[in-house]
Amino acid sequence: MAQNMTADAAHAHDEHHESPVVFGFWLYLMTDCIIFGTLFAVFAVLRDQFAGGPTGHEVFELSGVGIETAILLFSSITYGFGMIAAHENKVSTMRTWLGVTFLLGLGFLFMEIREFSHMIAEGNGPDRSAFLSAFFTLVGTHGLHVTCGLLWMAVLLFQTAGKTELNERMIGKLTCLSLFWHFLDIVWICVFTFVYLMSVI
Amino acid sequence: MLGKLTLSAIPYDVPILVGTFIGAAIAGLAVVGLITYYGKWGYLWREWLTSVDHKRIGVMYIVVALVALFRGFADAIMMRSQLALAYAGNPGYLPPHHYDQIFSAHGTIMIFFMAMAFMQGLMNIVVPLQIGARDVAFPFVNTLSFWMTTVSFLLVNVSLFIGEFSQCGWLAYPPLSEQQFSPGVGVDYYIWAVQLSGVGTLLTGVNFFATIVKMRAPGMTYMRMPVFTWTIFCTTVLIMVAFPILTVAIGLLGLDRYLGMHFFTNDGGGNQMLYLSVIWGWGHPEVYILVLPAFGAFSEITQTFSRKPLFGYKTMVYATASIMVLSLVVWVHHFFTMGAGPNVNAFFGIMTMVIAVPTGVKIFNWLFTMYKGRIEFHATMYWVIGFMITFSIGGMTGVMLAIPASDFVLHNSLFVIAHFHNVIIGGVYFGYVAAMNFWFPKAFGFKLNEAWGKRAFWCWFVGFYVAFMPLYVLGFEGMTRRMNHYDNPEWHPWLLIAEVGAVLIAIGIVCQLTQLYVSIRDRNLAENRDLTGDPWNARTLEWSTSSPPPFYNFAILPEVHELDAFAHDKEAGIDTRQAGGNYQPIHMPKNTACGFLIGAFSFVMGFGAIWYIWWLAAVGLIGVIATVIARSSDNDVDYYVPVSEVVRIEQEHTHNLMAAQAAE
Repeated sequence: MAQNMTADAAHAHDEHHESPVVFGFWLYLMTDCIIFGTLFAVFAVLRDQFAGGPTGHEVFELSGVGIETAILLFSSITYGFGMIAAHENKVSTMRTWLGVTFLLGLGFLFMEIREFSHMIAEGNGPDRSAFLSAFFTLVGTHGLHVTCGLLWMAVLLFQTAGKTELNERMIGKLTCLSLFWHFLDIVWICVFTFVYLMSVI
Repeated sequence: MLGKLTLSAIPYDVPILVGTFIGAAIAGLAVVGLITYYGKWGYLWREWLTSVDHKRIGVMYIVVALVALFRGFADAIMMRSQLALAYAGNPGYLPPHHYDQIFSAHGTIMIFFMAMAFMQGLMNIVVPLQIGARDVAFPFVNTLSFWMTTVSFLLVNVSLFIGEFSQCGWLAYPPLSEQQFSPGVGVDYYIWAVQLSGVGTLLTGVNFFATIVKMRAPGMTYMRMPVFTWTIFCTTVLIMVAFPILTVAIGLLGLDRYLGMHFFTNDGGGNQMLYLSVIWGWGHPEVYILVLPAFGAFSEITQTFSRKPLFGYKTMVYATASIMVLSLVVWVHHFFTMGAGPNVNAFFGIMTMVIAVPTGVKIFNWLFTMYKGRIEFHATMYWVIGFMITFSIGGMTGVMLAIPASDFVLHNSLFVIAHFHNVIIGGVYFGYVAAMNFWFPKAFGFKLNEAWGKRAFWCWFVGFYVAFMPLYVLGFEGMTRRMNHYDNPEWHPWLLIAEVGAVLIAIGIVCQLTQLYVSIRDRNLAENRDLTGDPWNARTLEWSTSSPPPFYNFAILPEVHELDAFAHDKEAGIDTRQAGGNYQPIHMPKNTACGFLIGAFSFVMGFGAIWYIWWLAAVGLIGVIATVIARSSDNDVDYYVPVSEVVRIEQEHTHNLMAAQAAE
C-alpha cells in the first residue's frame, strides 16, 4: 500500500512535466511544412514548362476541385466537433464525429483519384511535361498525407472501440491527428489558390 | 519475380570486390562466431539492439560511424593510389566505371554515415546528461532513428556485392543521374540509402529539440545551458529546416527515375539548375549541422583543460546562433558558375564571407580561454589546437572561394576538394575525435590511452597537411576533381606526395584502433578507472553522476543555479547528487524491438524498390505500417524503478567515491 502511494506520488510529480508528445508532433508538422514549401517552390519554377502539353487552364475542372475543397474544409469542422466531445470524455459522440470525418476524407480522396485518373487516361499524366510532374507531385503528396491521416483515423477508431473513457495518451493521439488534419486543410487552401485558381486565371 | 536482379549483378569478375567480400565475410563470421561462442546473443538483443537508453544508442551510433570511417577511408586511399599510378598512358588499376563508384561512395559514406552518425552518437551520449535529464523526449523514436541510419548504411554496403553504386558523385547531379544516362541500379541504391537515413536524422532533430526545450533540469535557463548543448540545439534547428529539403530533392530525382517525370531531365521542360538549388539548400546547412557540435565539443574541452570558465560564453552562444541563421542564405556559392548573374552572386558571396565573422569570434574565444589558463596538454587538447590552426587555414581558403570572380577559376578543381577536406577533417573530424576522447570515460568508466591518442593525432595532423596541401597547388595548376587518369607531368609529383599523406592518415587510423585496444585491455588499472565520474575535474552536469551513469542518469534531478552548474557546486561545496536524499521511484521507458523491426522492414522495402521487386517492396512497406500500428496499440511501454533499486545503485557509487577520495 505504501509502495503504491509513493508510486502514485511520483506519478503526480511526473505530471508536472507536461507530455512533450504534442509539442514534438507540432515540430514534425513544421518540417512537413518545409516539404510542402519546397514543393510549392518547385511548382512555381516549373509552372510554365508545358513542353507542348496542356496548360492548367486546359486540364483543371474547377467545379470538381471546388467540391473537394468544400468537403475537406467541412471535415475539419467535424473533426473539431469530435475533439470537443473527446475533451468532455463522450467517447461514442467522439467516435461518431471521427467516423463522419473519415467518410468525408474518403470522399475527398475518391474525387482526387478520379481527377488524376481522368488526366492520365487523356494522356496528361505526370510524365507529359515538367508542369504536370510538378502538379501531380505537389497535389499527390497532399493526397498521400490525407491517406496516412485516414489510416491513422481508422487505427484510432479501432483503438477506442468499446472504451468508455479516454486516457491521457489517447487524448494526446487525438490531438496530434487533429493538428495533422487541420494542417492538411491549410496546405490544401494554398494548393487550391496557387495551383488551381492561379493556373486558370 | 526478382525484378532486375539476376546472377550477373554479382561482380565476381572484379578481384578487388571479391577480395573485399571474402574479407568482410570472414570478419562477419568471426564476429557471429564469437558472439555465439560466448552466448551473448540474448544480452546483445536485450541490452543493446532493443535498448531505448540514449547512452547505449549513442555508443551504437559511434560504432557504426567507425565502421563507416573504415569503409570511407578505404575508398579514399584507393583513389589516391589510382591517381599516383594513372599517369602518362598508365590506366591505373581502377577502370572509370569502378573509380566513379568509389568517389561517389566515399563522399556519401563520409557525410551521411561517418560524420552524421558520429555526431548523433555524441549528442545521444552527452546532451541528456548535460541538461540533467533522465532520457530524451521520445526514447522509442530515438531507437528508430538509429536503426534507420544503420540499415541505410547497410544498403550502401550491399551495393558493393549486389549490383553497383552510383557513379554520379556524392550529390548525384542530374541529368547524369537520370535514367537516360544512369540506367543501372547505382543511383537507386544512393536514393534509397539517403532517403531512409534522412528519416532517421530528421527524427533525431525533432527529438533532441523537444528534449532540450522540455526536459532541462530545474533552474537551467537557456543562458545557463552548456555550450555543447547550445550547439546541438542550433544543429537540431538546422536539421529540421534542411533535411525536408533533401527529402524533396532526392524524392523528385526518384520520381524522374521511377515514374518518368520531368523535374530535372533534358527534355519535357525539366530544369537541372532547380536540382542544384534545392540540394544545396540542404547541402550548405548540412556542413554547419556537422561542424557546430564540433565547436561545442572544443568549447567544453578548452575550458576544462585550461582550468578556466569559457571566455565569452554569451558571444559564443550568439555566434553559434548567427552561424545557424547565416548558413541558410549562402547555398548559391556552390554554383556561382551556373550563371545566376552578378547581383545574385555578389549577395551570396558577401553572405558567405560574413560567416567568417562569428566563426572568428569563436576562434578568439577559445584563444582567450587558453590565455593565462593553466593548460593541461592532454591528448584531447592536441586535437583542439590542431583544429584551430587547420580550421583557420580552411576558413581562409573558403573566403577565397566565396569571391565569385576567383570561384570562376577554382570551381570544380582540386582546390575545392582541398578546401572542404581542410574544414571537414580539421573541423568536424578532429572535433568528434576530441569529443570521443573527452567523453569516453563517461560512457564506459575508463579512460582512453593517452600515448596512443597523441600518436594518432600526430599522424592525422601531419598526414592531413601532406595529403591535402598538394591539392591546393594542383587546383591552381588546373587539375579538375573526379579525374580518373591524366597526362600532365607537373601534376605527378604532387599526387605522389598526396599519396604519402594518405598513408600517414592510414597509420593514424591504426593508432586509433590500437588506442581502443590498449585502453580496453588496461581498463582495470587504477590510473585508467574512473571511479569518481569526474576524471577531468570538469564543469558541467554530466560529470556529476557516475561513469558509466546509471540507466536513469540522475537519482535526484540536479538543481541549477549558475552556468557550469557542477563547477559552481564543487566550489560551493554542494553535493550535486544529493546522495542519500529523498529518493522516489523513477519513471522509465521499456526497451522495444519496434525500432529494429521498422528499420529491418525499411531495408526490405528499399532493397525491393532498388531492384524493381515490387512484391518485396510491398512486404517491407506493410511491415513498417503494421509495426507502427502495433507500437501505437501497445500500452505497456513504461515502468517504475523501485526506491530500493535506486538506493542500491546510489550507495554503490557513494562507496566508489569514498574509495577514490581515500586513495587520494
